[in-house]
Amino acid sequence: MNLLSPAAPGPEAAPTGSARRFAALVRKESYQVIRDPSSILIAFVLPLILLVIFGYGVSLDASRTRVGLAIEDSTPIAQDLAASFQASRYFEVAVGRDRREFEEDLVLGRVRGILVIPANFVQEGAGGGSPELQVIVDGSDPNTASFVQNYAQGVVGTWMALRAAEIVMPAPAIVVEQRFWFNPELASRNFLVPGSIAIVMTLVGTLLTSLVVAREWERGTMEAMMATPVTAAELLAGKILPYFLLGLASMTLCVLVAVFVFGVPFRGSVLALCALSASFLMPALGQGLLISAATKNQFLASQLALLSAFLPAFLLSGFLFEINSMPWIIQMITAVVPARYLIPSLQSVFLAGDIWPMFLRAIAVMLFIGALMFVAAARNTRKRIA
Amino acid sequence: MGEEFVRMSQVTKRFGSAPPALDAVSGSIQGGEITGLVGPDGAGKTTLIRLMTGLMLPDGGTIEVLGFNTRTQAARIQASIGYMPQRFGLYEDLSVRENLDLYADLRGLPLSERPAVFDELLTFTDLKRFAGRLAGKLSGGMKQKLGLACALLRKPRLLLLDEPGVGVDPISRRDLWTMVRDLTREGIGVVWSTAYLDEAEACDRILLLNQGKLLFSGTPPQLTERVEGRVFKLTGIEGRRRPILRKVLDDPGVLDGVIQGEAIRLVLGAAGGRDWNAAELAGPAARIKPAEPRFEDAFVDMLGGGPGGRSKLADAAALRVPDESHAVIEAKGLTKRFGDFVAARDITFAIPRGQIFGLLGPNGAGKSTTFKMLCGLLKPTEGEGRMAGFDLRRDTAAARNRLGYMAQKFSLYGDLSVAQNLAFFAGVYGLSGPHRRERIALMTEIFEFGPLLGMSARDLPLGLKQRLALACAVLHEPEALFLDEPTSGVDPITRREFWTHINGLVEKGVTVLVTTHFMDEAEYCDRISLIYRGRSIALGSPDELKASVAGPGTPDPTMEDAFIALVKNSEAAEAA
Repeated sequence: MNLLSPAAPGPEAAPTGSARRFAALVRKESYQVIRDPSSILIAFVLPLILLVIFGYGVSLDASRTRVGLAIEDSTPIAQDLAASFQASRYFEVAVGRDRREFEEDLVLGRVRGILVIPANFVQEGAGGGSPELQVIVDGSDPNTASFVQNYAQGVVGTWMALRAAEIVMPAPAIVVEQRFWFNPELASRNFLVPGSIAIVMTLVGTLLTSLVVAREWERGTMEAMMATPVTAAELLAGKILPYFLLGLASMTLCVLVAVFVFGVPFRGSVLALCALSASFLMPALGQGLLISAATKNQFLASQLALLSAFLPAFLLSGFLFEINSMPWIIQMITAVVPARYLIPSLQSVFLAGDIWPMFLRAIAVMLFIGALMFVAAARNTRKRIA
Repeated sequence: MGEEFVRMSQVTKRFGSAPPALDAVSGSIQGGEITGLVGPDGAGKTTLIRLMTGLMLPDGGTIEVLGFNTRTQAARIQASIGYMPQRFGLYEDLSVRENLDLYADLRGLPLSERPAVFDELLTFTDLKRFAGRLAGKLSGGMKQKLGLACALLRKPRLLLLDEPGVGVDPISRRDLWTMVRDLTREGIGVVWSTAYLDEAEACDRILLLNQGKLLFSGTPPQLTERVEGRVFKLTGIEGRRRPILRKVLDDPGVLDGVIQGEAIRLVLGAAGGRDWNAAELAGPAARIKPAEPRFEDAFVDMLGGGPGGRSKLADAAALRVPDESHAVIEAKGLTKRFGDFVAARDITFAIPRGQIFGLLGPNGAGKSTTFKMLCGLLKPTEGEGRMAGFDLRRDTAAARNRLGYMAQKFSLYGDLSVAQNLAFFAGVYGLSGPHRRERIALMTEIFEFGPLLGMSARDLPLGLKQRLALACAVLHEPEALFLDEPTSGVDPITRREFWTHINGLVEKGVTVLVTTHFMDEAEYCDRISLIYRGRSIALGSPDELKASVAGPGTPDPTMEDAFIALVKNSEAAEAA
């Protein structure tokens, strides 16, 4: 039998050896991504589910809150105010004659608040006093309670402005007029959806990457590869490039869905979006590689990726909770969460436009964290089994 | 003798605080030969191979591979070796062709040479027809050949194969051996690690490892020489063989004895045994004849001999009279389909009380499926299974209470202590009160668990794990024992201890069903069924099966010869 090529030329491989090995690794990884349903699931299906949840399901707005409206004053003016409430797009109103009718509903949570137009509402206004509208809310749900209160004030304010000519009401000395820039509807979707793109890239960059590398250890393929002339750097790079591209693909899908399905405005440039996303993928991928190099086990890797990347991106990035209102020690911790640099910039790209000084600073910090992760991952991925 | 390819001196490797995985191992490996790295699981075989690849560094001592030090020149070593790890190192999502391409790129095989090399490798491994198939969809034997092809892409000078024979059907195993043999003719050095002693016998040279220590280094005949003239076979036995084996083993001059089909194989100590009168021992037709010494005889001799013939476990068991006419376990036309895949087709047999019945076959042949249908873990698509008279479909719980199950790799709770495992399994089998305490105390005494009760099951050595698994399976005094690959990978002494218990229990009327891919173990059974691709292709006593394939070429076939011949016959019959 003479099936083998002439003896190996030894370690001094041809100059193209490294490039070819790298290309082979990238090709192998791409086949795996395409053929493994779980990669597609994590890179495309899960992001879509997340977007839908944040786009439709989770809303921090109190739109169409059910309230009870007790009209205890039967004058036309009171009726007119009541009509304003009923017309409001923020409230779904159940009308009654007495606040007691709604007490039980409030306790049971069937309504979120009771708006009471008291019996002497118009007389007080006409008599020069300040007319009072009573708002009864469930204090155990402070978020909703304050929405009901604020929006009720808003409705009353609008109504008074319209009626000012007709009824004699003392004009308030100072009128606070609120105006929201960039997100005038204050739709939480408009900042949740861009934020969730950061979460999605964490999924692909850290969770998926740590899983696929850990899988190679579990299945013994890592061992077989390491016994070939491939170097640790080629191994790492061969993992990074495909998942970097996959992360960008996943991001692109999310952006298209955000803009064309959810109607989130996109006021910045594609260049800024790509620069930010690419920079964010560096720490995300680095962390994924570090986790898998340290655990070599898919179960542990997924747990660690969820705990150290996914949850912080969710909770400590300003995505859902304002960083400024966190205790200082938690604020310190958020400094190392790459998503906290990405999310405000992404939100700006969508809602405000390009603010390059802010973006460049974020990119610099993310690349710095990424560099640290890669150094740590490379140190842990020496060509050794134990 | 060829050129020296690997030189190991005083190689030591530790993992944590456990006893060293390798303890001052010195030896060498030559080119142009197959060197067997032989020993039970946990002996240090894989560790030694990894040390040779330079993927792991020794804690003490040095290894030179092809003249390069693994510590400082690992890259040079990796450029000129081929390595097939235990799970072959294939990408299951990649096709045969893509796997070859990947490894060709990683090993720097020039593009111009590829068509010729791939063509020859695919022909050599007979994978040409499957070049486009995903590696994950290949059978175990084909995966292994592909793994070998990937390791051979760039003519390696040294080929390291880690347990290539595990879980592969005997035909593929023999094919692989022939391929590797061809390679040595070109001067390639091959290291073949194995726990199977029959594989070891065929190597040119062996390094025998046990618990991290090198017991022997040399050629197989040099090893068997030490028991030359001390190995005998007792044939023509009248009546049951196991009580006789027990009697013989109780002779301090007898070092080792096992059932081998209808016969008993004996190894005498250096001082020689008592002068047995065969006729007196085993009936008028009995003869004691010298036998060809085998590797396992020598291994046992080297380890100081096997255990005696008495099983305390069997002594403590209640007697149910063995009864040839009454079937305890019955399979009638058992068939299991998963979609359009038939995992087991029309399996029929009956096991009378006090017999050992073996299901012999490679991984994936349908042994475990049959086994699971008979313990009531899987519902048969067709056919019925009965256990102690109970229909397994309807009276699953009643049937299960009468059987003890020892799963492959011993399903113990690693995080629980020995005592907690015993208590847990006693609870699972419904033992309670004083009876439960008595049974646990009895097992503790029989298996000498006393000093180990507080230890986590995970930290027990393999042999003790096996003992504990057996104890847990017999706590409730089952009528039947189901043993799934009970002794694969354990050292021969532990294996003998185990079979001494099983033999003893069988004499007390316990019925045993055992699955194994271990040809030697099949010889311990009264009857076996050869399972291949979901069918039972032959059924009979080991000697009957062997005799059925004996011919001019193979006057005295081994169990493996029999298996291969019977598989070929059945394939020929199917093709006709």
